[in-house]
Amino acid sequence: MKLTLHVWRQNGPDAEGRLETYDAPDVSPDQSFLEMLDDVNEELVKEGKDPIAFDHDCREGICGMCSQVIDGVPHGGMERTTVCQLHMRVFNDGDEVFIEPWKSRAFPVIKDLVVDRGALDKIIQAGGYVSCHTGGVPDGNAHPIAKPSADYAMDAAECIGCGACVAACPNGSAVLFTGAKVSQLAVLPQGKIEAKRRVNLMTETSKELGFGNCTNHYECQASCPKGIDVKFIAKLNREYIKALF
Amino acid sequence: MILDGKCPSGPIETSWDRHRFDTKLVNPANKRKFKILCVGTGLAGGAAAASLGELGYNVHAFCYQDSARRAHSIAAQGGINAAKNYPNDGDSIYRLFYDTVKGGDFRAREADVWRLAQVSNNIIDQCVAQGIPFARDYAGYLDNRSFGGAQVSRTFYARGQTGQQLLLGAYSALSRQVKAGSVKLFPRREMLDLVVVDGEAKGITVRNLCTGEIESHWGDAVIVASGGYVNVFYLSTNAMGCSVTAQWRAAKKGAYFANPCYTQIHPTCIPQHGDRQSKLTLMSESLRNDGRCWVPKSKEDTGKNPNDIPEDDRDYYLERKYPSFGNLAPRDIASRAAKEQCDEGRGVGPGGRGVYLDFASSIERVGQSTIQEKYGNLFEMYEKITDEDGYERPMRIYPAPHYAMGGLWVDYNCMSNIPGLFVLGEANFSVHGANRLGASALMQGLADGYFVIPYTIGGYLAQTKPGAVTDENPEFKKSADEVRGELDKLLSINGSKTPSQLHRKLGSLMWDNVGMARSKESLKETLQKIPEIREEFWSDVKVAGSGEDFNQQLEMAWRLADFLEFGEVLVHDALDREESCGGHFRVEHQTEDGEATRDDENYAYVAAWEFKGTGEKPELHKEPLKFENVELAVRSYK
Repeated sequence: MKLTLHVWRQNGPDAEGRLETYDAPDVSPDQSFLEMLDDVNEELVKEGKDPIAFDHDCREGICGMCSQVIDGVPHGGMERTTVCQLHMRVFNDGDEVFIEPWKSRAFPVIKDLVVDRGALDKIIQAGGYVSCHTGGVPDGNAHPIAKPSADYAMDAAECIGCGACVAACPNGSAVLFTGAKVSQLAVLPQGKIEAKRRVNLMTETSKELGFGNCTNHYECQASCPKGIDVKFIAKLNREYIKALF
Repeated sequence: MILDGKCPSGPIETSWDRHRFDTKLVNPANKRKFKILCVGTGLAGGAAAASLGELGYNVHAFCYQDSARRAHSIAAQGGINAAKNYPNDGDSIYRLFYDTVKGGDFRAREADVWRLAQVSNNIIDQCVAQGIPFARDYAGYLDNRSFGGAQVSRTFYARGQTGQQLLLGAYSALSRQVKAGSVKLFPRREMLDLVVVDGEAKGITVRNLCTGEIESHWGDAVIVASGGYVNVFYLSTNAMGCSVTAQWRAAKKGAYFANPCYTQIHPTCIPQHGDRQSKLTLMSESLRNDGRCWVPKSKEDTGKNPNDIPEDDRDYYLERKYPSFGNLAPRDIASRAAKEQCDEGRGVGPGGRGVYLDFASSIERVGQSTIQEKYGNLFEMYEKITDEDGYERPMRIYPAPHYAMGGLWVDYNCMSNIPGLFVLGEANFSVHGANRLGASALMQGLADGYFVIPYTIGGYLAQTKPGAVTDENPEFKKSADEVRGELDKLLSINGSKTPSQLHRKLGSLMWDNVGMARSKESLKETLQKIPEIREEFWSDVKVAGSGEDFNQQLEMAWRLADFLEFGEVLVHDALDREESCGGHFRVEHQTEDGEATRDDENYAYVAAWEFKGTGEKPELHKEPLKFENVELAVRSYK
């Protein structure tokens, strides 16, 4: 099939960006979206033009590197699917496709579709961990953890840190990302001890970094390639209020 | 030269404990004066950087991804082994040690494997303390499952994302040290040279992948934990950015490359769909518990709908060839058998590179809901990629390069032959021998990072003076100038072939000739052809853009340049090893029924190759392997 692509091109963080149009003349339905872009890039290189920069790595939906807004939706709108796992068979011959980077104040563009998501690392660095040293910890079975708690923690821990939630949110909020980590650790006995400190530090840091607040649009869950539930935002709020007392 | 792994002598049970006692310590107050550079933030590198930071060392950690949370350790699905014996099924440190030595086809060092088995239990404790949500039973205790190559259930797991959860655990420990100020992160950096001063590793030269700047970093020691090199085959289950570059740059500065021919080809991957594909996706090996592998008996049937091929016209080749193990034959055997069928023209799907994995008889026996419960997510993933329903129609699978057992040579301290250069995880060669067992890669990465390097690096640092060599040393400028020269050369060629075109060419040559089955002829032919592709690369590659900013074409080209040199060493190693063992199968060395034949008398050694110049034959150094605790035996699966 043949597609027409409108791709966001931007030379650097301070440069002006614009949409440019490219043809993808020979797309196989079995290709992934990124492989389709690989082909477009091969042609651009051969024509002596600058290929489209985009982040990617594992190409199996787990590393969280890929980050493209396709037709206005982060990761392209297929339920629980990253861009790298989006296959071309969901498109039709003759489609016009708009491809843009994550758009958020906290994620400056590095080049074209590549953004700097370092702010998410900073939220984790603020307190998204259990402060245990290597060695000197009890046996893994010393403290049984109820299966529902372990499962709940795992549901939250599946976050791949891609930032689609932020890109989808009209407020540019990182509250689903933060809530997932806060919830994972708050529900486990080993994480409870630091729960109050953690939720305060992570929330404060998120504000300082320019992420917005939550006004319950739930676009984050809809665009999350791992289907992280907004119930973790509610949990974050509960933990935050608990920490006031 | 005969190499010495410096393993402790005496009873193996106490070898690591005695070695730790004998290793020199660095005074707590002095630790902050030492700067350690760590390249790679996967399980090994991330765990090492975090643990060394906790100890008080000043750590600088580098990765090519945009965050320390994304290394390819994250993609590991199945689980992590440990000798906890929680199920009370007879596991022990000795059994894990034994299974690993045997699984590696008796080509690993005993003492290293013992240590791995011993610290495996500490890893689980550590991960639980970090809040990693391992699977648990209804009483709240940790759950285990079985994996290949073992008769006990010793694999801990977090759904199908064990690697992700373990890596995020290491990343959280690392993040804590970043906040504490002991670790500084340098994401989007690629190591392009090792700086060696007076014979010792004292720094690295990296390229900032955003700004293009060539940076010099000095350290009192350098850790390389950069993963494996199977992207030399182009199509593999590795991430796109996985490369041999950090390892190879160290090798070019004198570090020996050990056993590069030991590559693991995983039998159950989703087959290639066309010639423009960029990577292959692994499907958990556990599927072979209930699926049966087959191809049509006759070539003419390969284009037919598999459901229309009657039972009598199907060849269940694994059941035919290996009646007692059947579809559960080990990875190397199953992979080679699939290739054989396809080579005979009986492969199915695009390009005839696939075999069927059929669940029909299991579904008939236990019902679709049972199969769905066990493997639902895998069927979903299969459908997403292939648009086929594995319940209705047999899946198509094909082997794919997956893991590198070979790597830089290290001694028992995980230190290479260059003092001050330590190598951890998949990047070193030490514990998996010629074949890695499932769920052991995660174990090794974390063992090296959390529990080995924090002790052994002290032994080296204790006898050096902190900060004695900094980036003021002329070697740093020399190295940076060399890297810049190479950069200019790459950008100036302006030929007609893109880096990915040439990488595909190298990959298909390596896959056809040095993949699952190797012969003297195929290897010799490859030794002739790699230099031709290298020549083509350096005369006709087209690298778009400049060196001054974010340039992914340049990254690809640079990594390929290293694969084009390293590939030759891999082939030399495969040619030298006149035996079949684990992932290395030489067609000349097999029994009548196709079993690998090892030659313990002549080849029970680690082959460590010294770089002698591009295109020159590397020099072979041997480290003899001694087996004092495990008896050498033939692996049979009939």
